[in-house]
Amino acid sequence: MIYDVIIIGAGVTGCAIARELSRYQAEVCVLERDEDVCCGTSKANSAIVHAGYDCMPGSVMAKMNVRGNEMMDQIAKDLDVPFKRNGSLVVCIDKDSLGGLRELYDRGIANGVKGMRLLSREEALAMEPNISDQTEGALYAPTAGIICPFRLTIGFAENANKNGVDFRFNTDVEELKKDAEGIWHIRTNNGEYKTRAIVNAAGVYADTFHNMVSENKIHITPRRGDYFIMDKDMGNFVTRTIFPQPTAHGKGILVAPTVHGNLLAGPTAIDIDDRESTATTQQGLDAILDGAESHVKNLPIRRKVIRVFAGLRAHEDHHDFILGECDDCPDFFDAAGIESPGLSASPAIGEYMSGLISSRYHFAKKDSWDPVSKGVLDPKQLTMEERNELIRRNPAYGNIVCRCESVSEGEILDAIHRPLGARSLDGIKRRTRAGMGRCQAGFCTPKQMDILHRELGIPYEKITKMGGESYIVRERSKGGEDR
Amino acid sequence: MMNYDIVIVGGGPAGLAAAASARKAGIEKILILERDDRLGGILNQCIHNGFGLHTFKEELTGPEYAQRFIDQVLEKKIEYKLHTMVMDISSDRVVTAMNHTDGMFRIQAGAVILAMGCRERPIGALATPGYRPAGIFSAGTAQRLVNMEGYMPGREVVILGSGDIGLIMARRMTLEGAKVKVVAEVMPYSGGLKRNIVQCLDDFGIPLKLSHTVVDVEGKEHISAVTIAEVGPDRKPIPGTEERYTCDTLLLSVGLIPENELSRGAGVAISNITNGPVVNESLETSIPGVFACGNVLHVHDLVDYVSEEAARAGENAAKFVSAGCRDMAEGEDIQLIPADGVRYTVPSVINPGRMDRMVTVRFRVGAVYKNAAVSVYFNDERVMHNKKRIISPGEMEQVILLKDKITAFKDLKSITVRIEQD
Amino acid sequence: MESVRELTCIGCPMGCLVSVTMDGKEIKSVSGNSCANGDRYARREVTNPTRIVTSTAIVRDGDLPRVSVKTKTDVPKDKIFDVMKEINKIQAKAPVRIGDVLIPDVAGTGVPVIATRNIQKA
Repeated sequence: MIYDVIIIGAGVTGCAIARELSRYQAEVCVLERDEDVCCGTSKANSAIVHAGYDCMPGSVMAKMNVRGNEMMDQIAKDLDVPFKRNGSLVVCIDKDSLGGLRELYDRGIANGVKGMRLLSREEALAMEPNISDQTEGALYAPTAGIICPFRLTIGFAENANKNGVDFRFNTDVEELKKDAEGIWHIRTNNGEYKTRAIVNAAGVYADTFHNMVSENKIHITPRRGDYFIMDKDMGNFVTRTIFPQPTAHGKGILVAPTVHGNLLAGPTAIDIDDRESTATTQQGLDAILDGAESHVKNLPIRRKVIRVFAGLRAHEDHHDFILGECDDCPDFFDAAGIESPGLSASPAIGEYMSGLISSRYHFAKKDSWDPVSKGVLDPKQLTMEERNELIRRNPAYGNIVCRCESVSEGEILDAIHRPLGARSLDGIKRRTRAGMGRCQAGFCTPKQMDILHRELGIPYEKITKMGGESYIVRERSKGGEDR
Repeated sequence: MMNYDIVIVGGGPAGLAAAASARKAGIEKILILERDDRLGGILNQCIHNGFGLHTFKEELTGPEYAQRFIDQVLEKKIEYKLHTMVMDISSDRVVTAMNHTDGMFRIQAGAVILAMGCRERPIGALATPGYRPAGIFSAGTAQRLVNMEGYMPGREVVILGSGDIGLIMARRMTLEGAKVKVVAEVMPYSGGLKRNIVQCLDDFGIPLKLSHTVVDVEGKEHISAVTIAEVGPDRKPIPGTEERYTCDTLLLSVGLIPENELSRGAGVAISNITNGPVVNESLETSIPGVFACGNVLHVHDLVDYVSEEAARAGENAAKFVSAGCRDMAEGEDIQLIPADGVRYTVPSVINPGRMDRMVTVRFRVGAVYKNAAVSVYFNDERVMHNKKRIISPGEMEQVILLKDKITAFKDLKSITVRIEQD
Repeated sequence: MESVRELTCIGCPMGCLVSVTMDGKEIKSVSGNSCANGDRYARREVTNPTRIVTSTAIVRDGDLPRVSVKTKTDVPKDKIFDVMKEINKIQAKAPVRIGDVLIPDVAGTGVPVIATRNIQKA
């Protein structure tokens, strides 16, 4: 078959575009090299919905950030995404830099950010007692928020799928060729796909695909960000997201609660060559320990850390989003250079790109488009009576698998059997939080393996942490065969 | 709401021993709540021998040791529920639990015994640089996979941390045909028992590198190599000492943490040192009628001591229930003060009114001491001075205090336990 | 010629440091042990070291796929891997009771391998 649109990349950008395109009568498919959605930059970032004062006025970034922020309440409601407008503070610890705060404020006003206030030292400390004693003032942005980036991406994808979009996983795009009829032939490790239009949402590889078809070269640098994630007993250390003042290299080391109640510190901003290298380094982790100290006090990161991780931002040389049809290559649309605030901007990028593509190809709207997709049911939100009713109907909800995050077997079965369901431990983790707590899956790994084996018929030796070669166990002991 | 005299949270060695002793003390309505699919707890996966020398005067494996206590519970017809997760404990001893047959339910308990055990510190808590691939396990997770599920995580193994489970797994993986290349320990001494170093590492020629840690993990999807380096006295890696080991498995044995989420939720005071509840001579927490024993209280090396401690918790809980859930304290509490190398004591306070004939005070030290003595002071007077050839952080120490001596001592305010070097 | 071998007793978790003074192959004295087991262990360790081997064996139709096992008594240390080879060939069938003999005489040691866990029929 010939698709109308093929999107390369099932990160938050690709999935947001897919979901918006699913409003139209068009055949859309998303190709993803990994085994699941949300496996690249979308899974390893600050999980922040930025207010929009950082971006340069007039930039695509500024427009998309502010619009994306505005859209987020509805998106979160429709797609059942944990989202909270907790507000943010940019803390100034040096009297001479107070002008910089003012400049950020002015930028925010120019970008259309609502509700910002410049705070005195006293106001800021009253709001957030754990910020630095050296605080001289702060910029408060009440529209800033925190969000679950996994659920946002998965929500976009599930809703797109519900409305007819195909997804192909473990499908790595190798070559793009247009034939005489103007049909794109996409060669992958998984066969050839044909389409009228291509959307390039390939994250740190977006320049590779763009440069395959265009003479106007772009260049993306993977900019690594290392993070510490801390125990849930630190979730109240700050209420708002705390930033230092930004520098030329980024927004600096933030300290933020997560929407699930952990505390996050990071990221670094280290430019690297290897687009696969999500390894943290000692240097990077040390930089966070130092960096966080400047604007919050007595944060016991080393004692409270439960995990460190690193993600790559797709930093384009001109530091702006590249959105639109390629100048010298018709029917090829870029959504490239999507670095921070890409997560915040994703709903707007989806809206903008699908607007562009649907009008270019005169797609008609579907009569029946369902904007709503429920996430995995969280029994913790239910009353005891409701929960007991649920367990009566489905006893699996009475069986706790992940004790740290209190995740039941029922939730894991839901995560596996829903559309675009989980096939690996990390897939389950991103959908249910099983394994995301204090013991980091120490106790529940064997139980989750049992469930994946039973439900999907995957032999134990083939069960993976995250697809590919990430097998959990190597073989049966004593040359025994699988049970 | 159901009613029980004693609800025991956890059906491992601590919970089983506590239940048996509470029944011996005459308590009828006892309920054990166990989250796993069988009683016995972590002993089910500890198939090595060395258990029971104190309790049964013979050397048993973990499952055999557990079965002796399970048999007692069955003989005494003590009620238990498997697959049952305790979700909450309130300060007035209402236990909320859940399983797939009963749903979510509440129990009013006369006394609660906390016996939830501990969990392993994961690699994330070490903030180890590098990738986060498959093939990294806490030693206990690997132990369960190998010993109960019958899977081999890999064939080329590096172990970080020399806790007992790590040492035991070094031998276990070797016997199953894997090559254990090295055990790295960040401290200048092992965290495990000496006998385990002899029979798990030395017997098989597995090198133990003290003052070493993992500084890099390679492999994006599956672990392919680690780099270890020597650390200085500040525990920071020393540049130039790196050694790379190819491997397909990294096991961690870097510490056990008492699992006190439920205790915290109930409002039980927790020690910053042990991460377990602060308890008095009766192993009672800061909440009257809530007792703690086993690894949820402080991490033990020997299950025999867990059983002994849990039996006392069971007796004391029984006493509390029999007295109409009333505190029997008399006069002032006597503080126990850890000093000079002693990191903590369990219990941390003694009230002679509640005390039996004697109380066992257990503690750990913060460094290795050779030819030193464990001394006990009543106020400022030294009343005990036990010489030892070696005292190390990996092995729990104890002193026994007699009630006669305590009540006979005039105006006793504090008891200090310290290490003294002659 | 007199020599001293320093051992850590593995008889119990105390881990006593035991010194064995030897004259050639003859044991002159044992010191540092805190019980008779330590003396016995030290003398055996310098002449004929032995160990109990614990492992698992394949079991069919049980509530677990492996049953834990041990050599009923010590076996010579240099036989450990021969013992493992035979243990790996066991094909037990549920139910299994603690103490069931799975190998009557393992690797010519005269020592049986017994189950250390009850396995119910699944």
